[in-house]
Amino acid sequence: MKDKLVIGGHEFNSRFILGSGKFSLDMTETVIQNGSVEMATIAVRRANKNGEANIIDFMPKGITLLPNTSGARNADEAIRIARLARELGCGNFIKVEVIRDSKYLMPDNYETLRATEILAKEGFIVMPYMYPDLNVARDLVSSGAAAVMPLGAPIGSNKGLLTKAFIEMLIDEIELPIIVDAGIGKPSQACEAMEMGCAAVMANTAIATAKDVALMATAFKLAVESGRAAYLAGLGRVLERSGEASSPLTGFLGEIL
Amino acid sequence: MMKTNPKMKTNPMTYLSNMEQIESDVLEKVILMVSNYDAMQYKAYDVKRTLSKDTLNPDDFAALLSPAAKPYLEEMAQKSRDLTRKHFGNSIQLFTPLYISNYCENHCIYCGFNCKNKIKRGKLSLEEIHIELKTISETGLKEILILTGESRQKSDIQYIGEAIKLAKTYFSTIGIEIYPLNSDEYRYLHECGVDFVSVYQETYNLDKYESVHLLGPKRVFPYRFYAQERALMGGMYGVSFGALLGLDDFRKDAFATGMHAYWVQRKYPSAEIAFSLPRIRPYINHEEKQTNGVGEVELFQVMLAYKLFMPYAGITISTRENAHFRDHTLGVCATKMSAGVVVGVGGHVEEVKGDEQFEISDPRGVAEIHSMILSKGLQPVYSNHITSFRLPTGGAR
Repeated sequence: MKDKLVIGGHEFNSRFILGSGKFSLDMTETVIQNGSVEMATIAVRRANKNGEANIIDFMPKGITLLPNTSGARNADEAIRIARLARELGCGNFIKVEVIRDSKYLMPDNYETLRATEILAKEGFIVMPYMYPDLNVARDLVSSGAAAVMPLGAPIGSNKGLLTKAFIEMLIDEIELPIIVDAGIGKPSQACEAMEMGCAAVMANTAIATAKDVALMATAFKLAVESGRAAYLAGLGRVLERSGEASSPLTGFLGEIL
Repeated sequence: MMKTNPKMKTNPMTYLSNMEQIESDVLEKVILMVSNYDAMQYKAYDVKRTLSKDTLNPDDFAALLSPAAKPYLEEMAQKSRDLTRKHFGNSIQLFTPLYISNYCENHCIYCGFNCKNKIKRGKLSLEEIHIELKTISETGLKEILILTGESRQKSDIQYIGEAIKLAKTYFSTIGIEIYPLNSDEYRYLHECGVDFVSVYQETYNLDKYESVHLLGPKRVFPYRFYAQERALMGGMYGVSFGALLGLDDFRKDAFATGMHAYWVQRKYPSAEIAFSLPRIRPYINHEEKQTNGVGEVELFQVMLAYKLFMPYAGITISTRENAHFRDHTLGVCATKMSAGVVVGVGGHVEEVKGDEQFEISDPRGVAEIHSMILSKGLQPVYSNHITSFRLPTGGAR
């Protein structure tokens, strides 16, 4: 059975997208290998062309780069960074991040929408990072987004799927791949997101803050695969407290019959 | 211009005519909170309670700065390291300062650049600045901090703007540490390529401030205090705060610095906030070695308190501190450090053109710092910013 993740017409076998920048660059290749990662983000602002410690130089060949617009505080800045990414040879994928809050780093959905619309028209494959709001997600679809990336919890918090109920709405209603982008702190949470029907999971801090970064990448790969398999298998029913034996409200029907 | 007759003492709360006054009540808020701050009221219980919390309020911050927190430094450090990792990963940003002039109109009794100190004064020409910038960029650095002494006459905005435009051709990130400006002047320098502004209040105790800033525009306390806000109004991306620890009661000044940053962040949520923690250093003609109670332990405590209170704020560790201390703060609380530092005017190519502001304690170059960072399992970061403003063709305003 072929189970491919398709984003903007590109096919991927892996549903684990790696964030970068929070762990040492020389670990990048190992983490990508252990995680069977096919797509990894890079912060364009970290690109140090022809300079020391240039993050792009550490990305193995064959990996699809997902440059992000981190540092952008409004749509115009995000658009400019996206164009820079293209000039740097990072391809057409762009993860739009617009953040005008230095404390919680919460995405600005309005500016994200504006940037998405313009960049999609310029031929970018736009993957917007957003706060899970169904109405905005619908608008992102109509403005040409290739996927929707809701946060599970505040970025870097490792708190898991705090926004679960709202991400479920997106999974149910939005035709594009839904990729949980922030807050995932443990493989079990990544697995849960995949079981729910998310198309992929992105993680960075969860791996970067692990004691053994390389091993945690393996753990995430397994969790994402496991969750995906469970989703495809169709989760079994969940029994409520007292099981199903009694039918307090309809049991009387038997007496009548 | 300020009167230079010391008998004509001016009121430090009175603005000079060329100084912009903005709508803000941050100063009143900070002064009120600091006047209510009593470091001795906190007990071990308050520190322990604070250490068990996820987000800290000003009172928690106050507890961490108190003497009661001293026995808990290890716990603070461990929590700080985790928070630093969460917010900054294992990144350490590298930069270097370039002093382009050391002329100064102020008489600040703790500073080597003060106008009454007989030192060699100098100012780089644009050609000299160009050569310095080029030489520094060859070390691989992508971030530069341009500094001047505080003299609007000797180093005016146009001169600084031209220096910035030159710097823009070699560096992706430019900060300034110069005299405070009006918001339109900050906007001009932002258009030239500056995104980060550092202004240090030195002390938040007005009486002390008045007694150590004898002459010059720096004597005007509120104009300096509101520099960060004016910089953000002018479009700057981030601002840095700091008190010169040891000038007055360091706990009060550290508390005030944190509250200053706290209120500015609330007012400008997109602003990047950073702290520096300068301590008093000896300078030419002033061999004072006293740190006024701010030893390395106290300095570290303040750094940790800043990080636990505002974990998203960057902390720069100065070359005023020795290599041993600097290295041990990296990744635990410090997220940014300078390398290849010269604190005289120029000096990266040939002899310095003007004497230095203070003595540095860590002369290591970029390559050495780079490998030290790697050896600690951290990653040196050269580029971490894309300027938000593009110079229009021709470079004119």
